[in-house]
Amino acid sequence: MGMDFSTLRTLISRYCVGEENWVDSRTIYIGHKEPPPGTEAFIQQRFPDNRIVSSKYTFWNFVPKNMFEQFRRVANFYFLIIFLVQLIIDTPTSPITSGLPLFFVITVTSIKQGYEDWLRHKADNSVNQCPVHVVQHGKVVRKQSRKLRVGDVVFMKENETFPCDLILLSTSRDDGTCFVTTASLDGESSHKTHYAVQDTKAYITEKEVDSIQATIECEQPQPDLYKFVGRINIYMDNEPVARPLGAENLLLRGATLKNTEHIYAVAIYTGMETKMALNYQSKTQKRSAVEKSMNAYLVVYLCILISKALINTLLKYVWQADSNRDEPWYNNRTDTERQRHIVIRAFTDFLAFMVLFNYIIPVSMYVTVEMQKFLGSYFIMWDDDMFDEELGERAVVNTSDLNEELGQVEYVFTDKTGTLTENNMEFIECCVDGHIYVADAICNGQVMPGATSMDMIDSSPGPGAREHEELFFRALCLCHTVQVKEEETVDGIKHGIHQGKSTSFYISSSPDEVALVEGMKRLGFTYLRLRDGHMEILNREDEIERFELLEVLTFDSVRRRMSVIVRSSTGELYLFCKGADSSIFPRVISGKVEEVRARVEHNAVEGLRTLCVAYRPLSPEQYTEVCHMLNGAKLSLHDRDKRLAEAYDAIEKDLILLGATAVEDRLQEKAADTIESLHKAGMKVWVLTGDKMETAAATCYASKLFHRNTQILELTTKRTEEQNLHDVLFDLSRTVLRQHGGMARDSFSGLSGDCTDFGLIIDGATLSAVMRPAQEDSNSGNYKEIFLEICRNCSAVLCCRMAPLQKAQIVKLIKASEEHPITLAIGDGANDVSMILEAHVGIGIMGKEGRQAVRNSDYAIPKFKHLKKILLVHGHYYYIRISELVQYFFYKNVCFIFPQFLYQFFCGFSQQPLFDTAYLTLYNISFTSLPILLYSLIEQHINVDILKKDPSLYRDIAKNSLLRWPIFIYWTLLGVYDAIVMFFGAYFLFDNTTFTSNGQLMTTNTQMMFGNWTFGTLVFTVLVFTVTFKLALDTHYWTWINHFVIWGSLVFFVVFSLLWGGIIRPFLNYQRMYYVFMQMLSSGPAWLSIILLITASLLPDVLKKVICRALWPTTTECIQSADKLYEGHLSEFTPLASLHAPSKAGGHRRGSGNQRNPRRSEPFRKKTMFTRWQKHPDYSTFTPLLRFADGHSKHAYSGGAGPETSV
Amino acid sequence: MMASSYTAKEEDGHITVSGPGALRSRKPENTAFKQQRLPAWQPILTAGTVLPAFFIIGLLFIPIGIGLFVTSNNIKEFEIDYTGVDASSPCYNCSQSFSWNSSRPCTCSIPFYLEQPYESNVYVYYGLSNFYQNHRRYVKSRDDSQLNGDPKSLMEPSKECEPYAFHENKPIAPCGAIANSMFNDTLELFYNDPNGTKVQILLNTTGIAWWTDKHVKFGNPGRNSPNLTAAFQGTTKPINWRRPVFDLDADEANNGFINEDFIVWMRTAALPTFRKLYRIINKKSGMVPTLPRGNYSLEVVYNYPVRSFEGRKRMILSTISWMGGKNPFLGIAYITVGSVCFFLGVVLLLIHHKCGNRNNNADISN
Repeated sequence: MGMDFSTLRTLISRYCVGEENWVDSRTIYIGHKEPPPGTEAFIQQRFPDNRIVSSKYTFWNFVPKNMFEQFRRVANFYFLIIFLVQLIIDTPTSPITSGLPLFFVITVTSIKQGYEDWLRHKADNSVNQCPVHVVQHGKVVRKQSRKLRVGDVVFMKENETFPCDLILLSTSRDDGTCFVTTASLDGESSHKTHYAVQDTKAYITEKEVDSIQATIECEQPQPDLYKFVGRINIYMDNEPVARPLGAENLLLRGATLKNTEHIYAVAIYTGMETKMALNYQSKTQKRSAVEKSMNAYLVVYLCILISKALINTLLKYVWQADSNRDEPWYNNRTDTERQRHIVIRAFTDFLAFMVLFNYIIPVSMYVTVEMQKFLGSYFIMWDDDMFDEELGERAVVNTSDLNEELGQVEYVFTDKTGTLTENNMEFIECCVDGHIYVADAICNGQVMPGATSMDMIDSSPGPGAREHEELFFRALCLCHTVQVKEEETVDGIKHGIHQGKSTSFYISSSPDEVALVEGMKRLGFTYLRLRDGHMEILNREDEIERFELLEVLTFDSVRRRMSVIVRSSTGELYLFCKGADSSIFPRVISGKVEEVRARVEHNAVEGLRTLCVAYRPLSPEQYTEVCHMLNGAKLSLHDRDKRLAEAYDAIEKDLILLGATAVEDRLQEKAADTIESLHKAGMKVWVLTGDKMETAAATCYASKLFHRNTQILELTTKRTEEQNLHDVLFDLSRTVLRQHGGMARDSFSGLSGDCTDFGLIIDGATLSAVMRPAQEDSNSGNYKEIFLEICRNCSAVLCCRMAPLQKAQIVKLIKASEEHPITLAIGDGANDVSMILEAHVGIGIMGKEGRQAVRNSDYAIPKFKHLKKILLVHGHYYYIRISELVQYFFYKNVCFIFPQFLYQFFCGFSQQPLFDTAYLTLYNISFTSLPILLYSLIEQHINVDILKKDPSLYRDIAKNSLLRWPIFIYWTLLGVYDAIVMFFGAYFLFDNTTFTSNGQLMTTNTQMMFGNWTFGTLVFTVLVFTVTFKLALDTHYWTWINHFVIWGSLVFFVVFSLLWGGIIRPFLNYQRMYYVFMQMLSSGPAWLSIILLITASLLPDVLKKVICRALWPTTTECIQSADKLYEGHLSEFTPLASLHAPSKAGGHRRGSGNQRNPRRSEPFRKKTMFTRWQKHPDYSTFTPLLRFADGHSKHAYSGGAGPETSV
Repeated sequence: MMASSYTAKEEDGHITVSGPGALRSRKPENTAFKQQRLPAWQPILTAGTVLPAFFIIGLLFIPIGIGLFVTSNNIKEFEIDYTGVDASSPCYNCSQSFSWNSSRPCTCSIPFYLEQPYESNVYVYYGLSNFYQNHRRYVKSRDDSQLNGDPKSLMEPSKECEPYAFHENKPIAPCGAIANSMFNDTLELFYNDPNGTKVQILLNTTGIAWWTDKHVKFGNPGRNSPNLTAAFQGTTKPINWRRPVFDLDADEANNGFINEDFIVWMRTAALPTFRKLYRIINKKSGMVPTLPRGNYSLEVVYNYPVRSFEGRKRMILSTISWMGGKNPFLGIAYITVGSVCFFLGVVLLLIHHKCGNRNNNADISN
């Protein structure tokens, strides 16, 4: 609500004032002081107070608003309509049958939401009421946080959290800096330095601060956390001085003050206008493929429902045409009913049939599915295998809606740095003018004892080179944003392995920089600290050199470089620049470019991260010019970024190349194994990275994304420079398709031993050319298609030099391609967020680049290797579980409702329900709900270990295979069959004969007739037992819980029926079941027919299962049988590939062309194989033999994996 | 949601260089349940495992079926349709000249011959066809409170009973369509002795309703009052009834709402063709059959019209066995399912033998 008011207010003020500049900037009077006369007269804007409202409801609007929210869901609305229809018209079933479940669902949900909202209210209140110190009239006054207003000057102490967005005026530190962590905002827990406004940093007491006369002009609030543009006008002697304000002056709500005693700051955005509040937007809801098929089924069932009702209504009126059927003498209508118009009567009848059959769409399915997802996600969090000792983190589930989607992934888009690699940088070497320096034994930034300072490989350089060399080292020591964390003496022991003088360590948001500075330390130049704007370096001679830090041209991913401008103690001015080779080389005018380039390329091929270092001496005139350009850009309110970029571009030129560095980023543990498993599981892995092509390609080889025999296709700028894009694309697609076609022929003749697979490398520039929408010439419009075609036929794709947005673009492109594959994006950094949000499933790695990826992801895991378990095991399980859940729910409701439908043919289409109200109500709620819920939580059709061992099992469930239409139709038909068996079984028993009961005791002489309720109860008993047994037959994993729940719910049904049949008093008028169940059970034929009907109902399903398993087993089923045989020790054997299914079943399921060779194996060969397997547990010797076993062993090979990798 | 984001964990000084800032408490508990490693029985349905089950089912069901079939066939059953559709039928006249208001009941007599003696207790049923007792409007047209003897409901019958709730501003007792249409033919059996005498067979009127219905569910108003007539004071009889409810039987214990014929009628049938128990002929002491072979006649007081809805009326005589009345279906069904199972067992055995090798399991275990 707060938001609404403020926007409304802004709107009103906009229209009232009618001035352009009001729209995108605001003016704030520090301390609410009027500006001195003579300045421009501003109309004071009104800002919201600092109240945070995260709660959705108030006490008064909870009920209506919550009801509205809940009934907006289609399912709830449907049940509400049914309920209302039941209330209004004369319906066959009492409103209780649909009202009670609906009421239950609605109540539970609203209690849950109410509780959550109450918590939010509590949190809001505690936040809104927490005390804040505000400077008023020269004194510090306590105020409640919610009363804070824009313009208030706030006094904050260490470890306090900022109550709103503030502009830092002054700090207790002399240099006007303060440190802040934004852990609760973006998860980055590193200390960030923020700067006070230069002209106010001297005001350090409250009196002084109160005397500041200034206005701040800044943009209207916007959600980007890292962007802020503003301007402060300070009136000194009535003369305004304008200074730029940037993100470095802005303290965000939610961040915490660290390492700084106190600060003064002025509030600029409050309450719901703070960046944090604006950032809190719910992510767009992702829906899983299963949910989509569920909804499709729902529509089918809705159609079935409507057509059933229509058919019955129609038949009713045909049947009733004879008035003796319509109103026989024994069954007259009331007069009011008779007077009703026929159309109205027909419509009411239609509605009544709808109500009667409405259970076919069960309200409880939604509840069960939600519970399954919610509870099921705990197993992911609880998984011990996905706990990382080193980080002390376990998997996090941010949304449980996508559990089953993890089992459906077809494309994996992974980031490289920090995801595939550890993002744990090691300085390897540097190269100055072609001379190579190697620092020994540096590991994790810690120095091993006894490390030599440096090791020069090349011959001793000349004096000129020596000068260059030292400049290079200084450049690296100066050109960075590393902070030095002073070591407290108490903590000395903890980091006690320091050698020499340094008792401090480095902190930076970029691990590369830390590695470089550490590396320099090893090479003799130690960066000490930044003090009073001077950077201090300890050089080889143990002398401290001081450089004044004048400007920092910060790093950004577009420029891919950063620079500093420093003034040495001798007064010389330098610009040091470091950055990616591609962004440095074009700006270099001298230096040994060729030597350095050669070395850089060499290192890149080795998979090292390279940076080039260059410098530019500046004359004082040049420096003034630079300052002018920078300040001009910084002061602008509009397009500041663009202007800054232009300024940077103009400054970073005419560089002199010094050299290059190489830093190694090691592959994460088991990254190669994981990628291989994903490949085997039929997923296509794409690596999207901002890195250089060579580096990235080397990582890809190391991580087994590319193999030695992978044919690499390049789609890079280099190639497109030679040929035009059009030709390159067509060339590639021709290559791929030719090979593909050939492969298909090969596999047909059974000779496809080792086909080459393709790997594609594409870079950002080329990609954007490909993606560019329709160009002038007509035939370029379909570049995308050709590109997709090529990609489809490549097993691995590497996209390098990617901007963050391009990553998302790629994901989107694949998502939108015609097969609509399920995509997964995994990454650890802020640059991966866009693709994580774009992909069907976004996975965050708890890496070293903050928590932004984790926050935006659907699931977060500590390491890349955990992807294997979360996909192959959890994803697989959840898919199996939920698909059974969905199919079973529809099945059991067909079984439930179809007999009622059939009964209409025998009761004159009068909507007479077959089952009692209690049964109708409780069938889905309690008789059959728990077994399936528990099944869908703990079913494991195959052991965890086997799933992990044999990734190709994942292919068995690919493409939503268990929720395809044929399977759905099978389940529905099975339901119809069961319903027919149940209904007509009971029908013939009742129709033909005197179905009497005598309790086997002739003496008692109780020859009672059974009525319609007994008929229904008989059908219902068979129904409950049949559907429960059906689930029992499907259960592969019988823990005590399954036993308890399955047998328990059957016992509950019987006990309930007995009790319900025994109660008469309070419900006399509704109690039609009095003694019915007991009478039924006292009849021998009833027992016999129950047993018979259950058997007959289950028979076809068992038969289908057994025969399919015997004749056309899927891989899964083969593995199951084999595992059974080895009593659960199968997972200890290595080559599971031998057990794979003959591909008749698998071939069309998998749909990929390379596995179509039918299995032709002679039995005796296999026998020998298996005996040998038993005798020699030496697995590697078996692999060749296993090739005979079936055509799929190629599988184990084509992956390029020797037996050694899978162990 | 937003408020909860305030409480995001704060780790102090997460440093790129330093070692693990491990929070051991976040380690998941290593319990069998949480790690999804609960001990479990993992059965799989394969041809091998299902085979024995199929054979066992076959071997069990076929004998049961045969037993049921034989038992059912041993049950003697005799059925007479006395609707009087054909002109030749003795009841033709009665069926033609039917009127609710006729004061003189129409009677007809149908002779029949029992070829076999009926040994044990014989049950007499009446059967109706095409009578939709399971029509929804009909099924709910009753007031169980009234039938239970609730004095309030007696005078104010439930709305469900409409249009059979009030007649001439008096509440109908028992109200509703079911009660109103109660079967009111009187059936009497006579044995025509070979020596010419006509012996009326004694028909038991009690013991035909559920005990619980008679003693709990149904009850006369003022249960203890000796005078039923007084208890039903102020109510009127159902329109189609010839006698008021307190005049159904001379026996006090079988009169009013707890009249067993009435209770039997009130248990609505499941299907439009149904039988209801009418009387029981108790076995006579000694070796004499209950109903010896010979000529009988059925005397019907024809009160119940069924021609208007093309219904049929039947009288059935039946003995029963341990499994109830004559019921060939159950036996046949058992035999069928049993044989199918047996046959499938054989098929599966073949499949198992043929494919067992392929599935690489059977051979290894040997």
